[in-house]
Amino acid sequence: MPHRIINWIDKRFPLTSFVKHELTGYPTPRNLSYWWNFGFLAGFVLVLQVATGIFLAMHYKADIALSFDSIQHIMRDVNYGWLLRYMHSTGASAFFLVIFIHMARTLYYGSYRAPRELLWWTGQGLLLLLMATAFMGYLLPWGQMSFWGATVITNLFRATPFIGDEVVIWLRGDYTVGDATLTRFFALHYLFPFLIIGAVVVHLVALHTVKSSNPSGIDLADKDNIPFHPYFTAKDFYGLGVFLIVYSVFVFFMPDSLIEPANNIPANPMQTPTHIVPEWYFLPFYAILRSVPSMVGGVVAMGLSVMIFAFMPYLDRSRIPGGAHYRPIYRILFYTFVVDMAVLGYIGYIPPTDMSIVIGQWATLAYFGMFLMLPFISKLEEKWMRKRGLPAELQTLIESEAKDKSKIMHRRRKGDIA
Amino acid sequence: MSDGSVLDDSGRRNFLIKATSVVGGAGVAATCVPFVASMNPSSDVLAKAETEVDLSEITPGAMRTVAWQGKPVFILRRTPEQIAAAGASAGGPDPEADVQRVKNPEWLVVIGVCTHMGCVPNKEGPGWVCHCHGSQYDDSGRVVRGPAPKNLEVPPYRFVAENKIVIGRA
Repeated sequence: MPHRIINWIDKRFPLTSFVKHELTGYPTPRNLSYWWNFGFLAGFVLVLQVATGIFLAMHYKADIALSFDSIQHIMRDVNYGWLLRYMHSTGASAFFLVIFIHMARTLYYGSYRAPRELLWWTGQGLLLLLMATAFMGYLLPWGQMSFWGATVITNLFRATPFIGDEVVIWLRGDYTVGDATLTRFFALHYLFPFLIIGAVVVHLVALHTVKSSNPSGIDLADKDNIPFHPYFTAKDFYGLGVFLIVYSVFVFFMPDSLIEPANNIPANPMQTPTHIVPEWYFLPFYAILRSVPSMVGGVVAMGLSVMIFAFMPYLDRSRIPGGAHYRPIYRILFYTFVVDMAVLGYIGYIPPTDMSIVIGQWATLAYFGMFLMLPFISKLEEKWMRKRGLPAELQTLIESEAKDKSKIMHRRRKGDIA
Repeated sequence: MSDGSVLDDSGRRNFLIKATSVVGGAGVAATCVPFVASMNPSSDVLAKAETEVDLSEITPGAMRTVAWQGKPVFILRRTPEQIAAAGASAGGPDPEADVQRVKNPEWLVVIGVCTHMGCVPNKEGPGWVCHCHGSQYDDSGRVVRGPAPKNLEVPPYRFVAENKIVIGRA
């Protein structure tokens, strides 16, 4: 009977062939490490955020007179409201953590390189959508940090040429962050996840066109592929188990560690908290904003610091496959970049002192310097590596890849395969 | 003109496609206007664009904070010493004469929003101190120590009676 139902559907909709082509039989490089788990994890957290968010919206009130109290209502009165809220607030941090690792893996292994530029750029779009969604969601509890965070960030749009003040008032719907701002942020915070889902579909279509990269950095002429199911469904679910342990520790034992204490005070437009900090995932970019002395310059630098990742396919001029795995200088650059991000994050967290401002400026310089020097460094590195001779392991890989490719071309010419 | 030659007239077809695209595009753009405009301040928000303040209860040397457009406005009734001190200096990084910042030297009216990051400074000693990043302002609302780049802004206001002002329009 189930077979007959499937048959009935397959005559009208490509169900079996779709599942086979895109999921169970989807060819995946067999040498993927656990660093390739984080795309799946990001998708999982997205589902988690949408699910908890919809149920929270059933109890939340987007009105400046009611919103702060409605959070208390969720925490105290709603059945398992505390759980839904802590899952959602921890989920936001988990989302960024997973995405940052996902991006770091792409940078380390050079997965952004041809032919995966569009895959990387749709990911860049997803990052922007995620940041916007997180920023708007943070206003909803209407605490002091919510209010002043939204005030400072919407203020950044004053840097718009000529119509800066009008743009800020338009964004807020008021002269300050007010009821109009809260209501529209709630509406958009509910909308954006669905835009993210749409963008994820585009991201996956791009992925399934170019297929996954792998730690060797060459595509292995498709010979070392294994079906996604059961090999990578099992691997992804194992990674999910590890992720859920870490996530649950935060949700159940330290949910407040990711919430600024000042956000337990209702928003007060007449009084600023002594120390405003954004959420941890925005800290490096916030540090860059503060490091540039001019306001407009700071806003431009911060925008560029997020968008500069999109230029990676063109900044990296080396043709040595395998990213940092086979490229010693690029590897040093990668770890320097990770350390630099951590330094910027710390500088963004502490109240500015003369010393921290100088460190922040050097770290900002290093941040952009690494991107802008990359074309020259990667070129020189390749020249040096080829002169010295590539590692034997890599040489073998490249040669077998070339041999397999010519074999495939030959068979294709003979008409054996499509 | 026969039917065949009308169908074959590619110039005519291109013109029609371009004309419909332009008219259709203009229609879409015009339809966007109400959506974009709906996000601007609504009438009730605009209604609080002006605030009337009765000054008679503020004693010399005292300060009151009133809300105008949701923003704090500091109204400081200055003593003769404060007026003399403010008149003697030109401020700091953003020099401006005290007389240009007041309508009546006894009353200083400034928006209580730090020009650096938008925090609300506190009245401390002579002038104000912003606790976010340590900017200092004098009793004329002028910045005397950074990182704030500019003096506290003077809102448009006018005296409607001897001790009554309306903030919002000069």
